[in-house]
Amino acid sequence: MGRKLDPTKKEKRGPGRKARKQKGAETELARFLPAAGDENAKRLSSRARKRAAKRRLGSAETSEMNKRPGVKPLPGKLPKGISVGALQTPGKKGAQSLPNTARGKKRPAPAHSSDEEEEEEDSEEDGVVNQGNLWGSEDSDADMIDDYGIDSNSEDEDEEELLPIERAARRQKAQEAVAGGPWSEEETEEEEEVSPESGPQKEYETDGGLQINLDEEEPFVLPPAGEMEQDILPVKGPRAQAPDLQRIHKRIQDIVGVLRDFGTQREEGRSRAEYLHRLQRDLATYYSYGDFLLGKLMDLFPLSELVEFLEANEVPRPITLRTNTLKTRRRDLAQALINRGVNLDPLGKWSKTGLVVYDSSVPIGATPEYLAGHYMLQGASSMLPVMALAPQEHERILDMCCAPGGKTSYIAQLMKNTGVILANDANAERLKSVVGNLHRLGVTNTIISHYDGRQFPKVVGGFDRVLLDAPCSGTGVISKDPAVKTNKDEKDILRCAHLQKELLLSAIDSVNATSKTGGYLVYCTCSIMVEENEWVVDYALKKRNVRLVPTGLDFGQEGFTRFRERRFHPTLRSTRRFYPHTHNMDGFFIAKFKKFSNSIPQSQTAPGNSAASTPTNPDVPDLKGQVTPQPESSSKPAKKARGAVKAEWHLQKRQRPRKTSFQKQNGIPKGADSELPTGPSVPKVQASSKLQGNRQPAEQAVVIRKPKVTGKLKQQSPKLQSSKKVAFRRQNAPLKGMDTEMPSGLSLSKPLATWKPENCVQPQGAEKVKQQVPQKPSKKAAFQKQNGTSEGPQTPTMSPLSASRPPPAKRRKSQSRGSSRPPLS
Amino acid sequence: MRPLTEEETRVMFEKIAKYEKILKLAANIAGDKLVSLGTCFGKFTKTHKFRLHITALDYLAPYAKYKVWIKPGAEQSFLYGNHVLKSGLGRITENTSQYQGVVVYSMADIPLGFGVAAKSTQDCRKVDPMAIVVFHQADIGEYVRHEETLT
Repeated sequence: MGRKLDPTKKEKRGPGRKARKQKGAETELARFLPAAGDENAKRLSSRARKRAAKRRLGSAETSEMNKRPGVKPLPGKLPKGISVGALQTPGKKGAQSLPNTARGKKRPAPAHSSDEEEEEEDSEEDGVVNQGNLWGSEDSDADMIDDYGIDSNSEDEDEEELLPIERAARRQKAQEAVAGGPWSEEETEEEEEVSPESGPQKEYETDGGLQINLDEEEPFVLPPAGEMEQDILPVKGPRAQAPDLQRIHKRIQDIVGVLRDFGTQREEGRSRAEYLHRLQRDLATYYSYGDFLLGKLMDLFPLSELVEFLEANEVPRPITLRTNTLKTRRRDLAQALINRGVNLDPLGKWSKTGLVVYDSSVPIGATPEYLAGHYMLQGASSMLPVMALAPQEHERILDMCCAPGGKTSYIAQLMKNTGVILANDANAERLKSVVGNLHRLGVTNTIISHYDGRQFPKVVGGFDRVLLDAPCSGTGVISKDPAVKTNKDEKDILRCAHLQKELLLSAIDSVNATSKTGGYLVYCTCSIMVEENEWVVDYALKKRNVRLVPTGLDFGQEGFTRFRERRFHPTLRSTRRFYPHTHNMDGFFIAKFKKFSNSIPQSQTAPGNSAASTPTNPDVPDLKGQVTPQPESSSKPAKKARGAVKAEWHLQKRQRPRKTSFQKQNGIPKGADSELPTGPSVPKVQASSKLQGNRQPAEQAVVIRKPKVTGKLKQQSPKLQSSKKVAFRRQNAPLKGMDTEMPSGLSLSKPLATWKPENCVQPQGAEKVKQQVPQKPSKKAAFQKQNGTSEGPQTPTMSPLSASRPPPAKRRKSQSRGSSRPPLS
Repeated sequence: MRPLTEEETRVMFEKIAKYEKILKLAANIAGDKLVSLGTCFGKFTKTHKFRLHITALDYLAPYAKYKVWIKPGAEQSFLYGNHVLKSGLGRITENTSQYQGVVVYSMADIPLGFGVAAKSTQDCRKVDPMAIVVFHQADIGEYVRHEETLT
């Protein structure tokens, strides 16, 4: 028995619809287009292709086609409301119409042919003869049309299964392909976000030879506002819906695509903010983040990086370990571990002791080599701050937050167990692991203590180098602790930042700036938030005599010098940021400071407390091998300085008219330390200000202070004039009101170090004087206040790089010339 | 049980001398805040016996006169705190007397811990494979097992 020949059932021949799509549009179009070599080997836009096709086929037919852009098809023959103008001349055979559809769009071509074939099919049903002719003619066209015919039939059958929207879209594309112009009247059910011409054209222009699957899909439509709210239905509760993650993921990709090319791909009437808002919600749902953290991340990363970052946080970083060079060599250790069945590699060019473990048949944290202390499991990013710190042998190092001891042990091995390390941590539980690790690794030069880091340097100071791995919000190690995604909010970040600032100031105070080999501090966190990193570093630059230096790490992203509304010091470019998605290590931030002066600049802002502030280790002599408690050392230099200054002032006082109004401001009694360097210091300071350009800000600062000072001066002057004891001084005050105000600030700026001990004496002296002189008790307050304010403008930190910052505290004359100039210059 | 008594005292004082500099600095730290200084060799018990910790291994191992090497298979067992059986014994120093303090090594010469010889070298040769030859005293597995109580 033979096959039943059923002409209505056509066998599919050749690659099916989907196979042709997979091969790419090129294969389909290759039938209609010349080989690529014919053209200028350039990728043509769809219009260019149209033109090329027209050229090839000759103008006659094309002109015919163009004459009837809006030809109405035979309505009766067409199934299901194909729109006006969709079809070409029914009379034309596929061969002629098809080239016109060859604009590089798959759909229009089959759509065309399908539409045509539909017609023909309808006519075929009238008679077999027609069919045969049709088939024959189609066959004669090198089987191409046949395929399309088959295809179209299959598509016809499928068309009924297609959603109306997809059919309509196809039709639209067909119309547009033929008409080459206006958008068809028939609207689809959903709003089309992308205009039909520009959208697909754009896609072709950009994608070129890529898979044109994009064309197959609907252009992205931002759900209308009402629908947006739908997704925000509660997850719990009676009407809860589990979020459809597939859909959300797809939508994320779509929105990112739109935002990348917003000008053209946007939907009319929708603002960028709406897209971003939608994206934020989708990302939060898909990756399980809290809104706050995700908002912060969106500020931090561009969109393309953001998705990568989020993806990277879902996956753990590779396990890395550090060879303990006190006990073994990396080569030997690698060999021993490989023998045990561990698959590993050296970590990278930048590390001489690191190994990365790909997989292991034995638990890597329990091998005999581990127990013997040959290596330590440590994250790659944790090795970086110690490399930046570069501890030398026989130095004294402080590790303020050392648990669990990885960085401490690395420092020890770099120092070869010489010198002393003080490893401190505030958490007693974690200290146990520090003890265990250090013993295991054979570290012998370490003292382990349990203090709050802010208690340094009171406990002990004068270290050559300090490492501060500050406690942070942990936003860089989300892959290790996913709880961070949701449990961090604004308050937590600010609290962390506050603690970090305090710790950093304490750490800076613990460094000995005059150390021969050191004077460095490394501040690092495992966080990527600007509030915890750049902001804290910038704060320290303002508050202390430190400056940033290059970390010595040649990879990693530079820190921000500006972020949103904040502006940071330009040297912040020498800090380094590391991200999980770019460097494949935990998120990290490293900054290296050099302290160039041991004195602490007084703050400008608070008038009350600066008078009472104690001088902390001004020019403390290098504590080589000697641990001298702080208070002792501070008093000695103070006494020395006072004596020296006194002598100098005596001399200069004769030379200059006394501009001593501010003396009274400070309540300096005649008896003690009366010769304050008002007069002499004024010209000096002014002279020095000319020499050093950065004095000018001081003048500015002083100028700001003027109004306050003037007020008080005037207040006090008439009354003080009456006092006999200091009459000769105070007479000058009203006369040289203006002059003295200027110097008051400046002069005080210079001998800050000496000022401090004297200030301790002064208030008491002032009180005595005041007691002798009948004055209102309010004057005391005014005096002391003025103490504060006049001290104020002197001396916040100077960083030689920034002219906008006030000048540093001036050193004592006795020691200033020698020691302070080199660091300043 | 006290392994290496004479050796141990000598070694201990040698090492302690190196800590002088560190001790001076550590004097600044309040007593209750000082957690650890140097290396803990061991602790004295209430009855004034000195119990040696595993942390002293680094220092004592180089000076050990009597050593025992165990086979790779028996390493794990020893590191879990079990005694060494004859079947796990690889090598033993000549002239080891019974109840002599020994340092236990792996075949790769990694010191694994302390022990006490249960049998003299001669007896070790004669005894059956399941007999204990070294009593376990301390091993480096304790770094992980007894992290809390280490020091």
